[in-house]
Amino acid sequence: MSIGLDQYLMLSAALFATGFFGVLLRKNTLVIYMCLELMLIASTLALVAFSKFNGTLDGNVFVFFILTIAAAEVAVGLALIVALFRRRHTIQVEELNQLKH
Amino acid sequence: MANFLFYTFALLTLASAVLVVMNKNAVNAALGLLLSLVGVAGLFVLLDAALLAFVLLLVYAGAVVALFLFIIMLLDTTPGAQKPFSRLTIAASAIGGALLLLGVLSLDERSVLPSLTAAHAIPTLKNYAEQLFTTYLLPVQLVGFMLLVAMLGVIVLSRKCTGEDEPKTEGQP
Repeated sequence: MSIGLDQYLMLSAALFATGFFGVLLRKNTLVIYMCLELMLIASTLALVAFSKFNGTLDGNVFVFFILTIAAAEVAVGLALIVALFRRRHTIQVEELNQLKH
Repeated sequence: MANFLFYTFALLTLASAVLVVMNKNAVNAALGLLLSLVGVAGLFVLLDAALLAFVLLLVYAGAVVALFLFIIMLLDTTPGAQKPFSRLTIAASAIGGALLLLGVLSLDERSVLPSLTAAHAIPTLKNYAEQLFTTYLLPVQLVGFMLLVAMLGVIVLSRKCTGEDEPKTEGQP
């Protein structure tokens, strides 16, 4: 049995689900951020697989853009987390409930 | 051989992704993310996208994970006592997981996916350059501009907070 598109899509879905459950379950903002990165990577894996199995390059070029955006997103997000930590001295999402009260 | 490589990289990717989610220590989670990225880069090579694998390792493993580790060690986040999940959360996540599994199974059962086309273009550096400088020229420019804006935003965000910025009414927990 050779590896087809559906194996890659299954792997991508599993990776995405892992990242998603990480976002839901974890309480540390940094770890939540890492799980977001996992979800992005899962989507790029699906794009590259589609690109290969359709014989076009568009998916691969798209992944270039996703990688660029992800790098910028990480920089901005980590700066936000550092600013948050400076002000509130915590990055646990349970303790960041200022909007509730 | 390709099958063996696929399953090896898939196992590496998924196992280290689970490590990211399950680990209590944030540093170990970052290292798990690194391993997972290495697995995905291997899969990219199997999908004839060696350049993308290279860029992935360069950008993610080189820059992003290093930045994560830097911030983790800067912030000194000791894991506090975690509140247990409520029963509603557990039920909702079980239903969500079941729905996801159902979706994947229906995809496996019903979908007609294209098999490998015979004459597919192997993505070379020349092909990438051609696409990026003809079809996708405007997005490339926009992404460059966005990187500039992101850089400015990070500089503004990481400025030292001055006294008048501090909210007066905020009660310290």
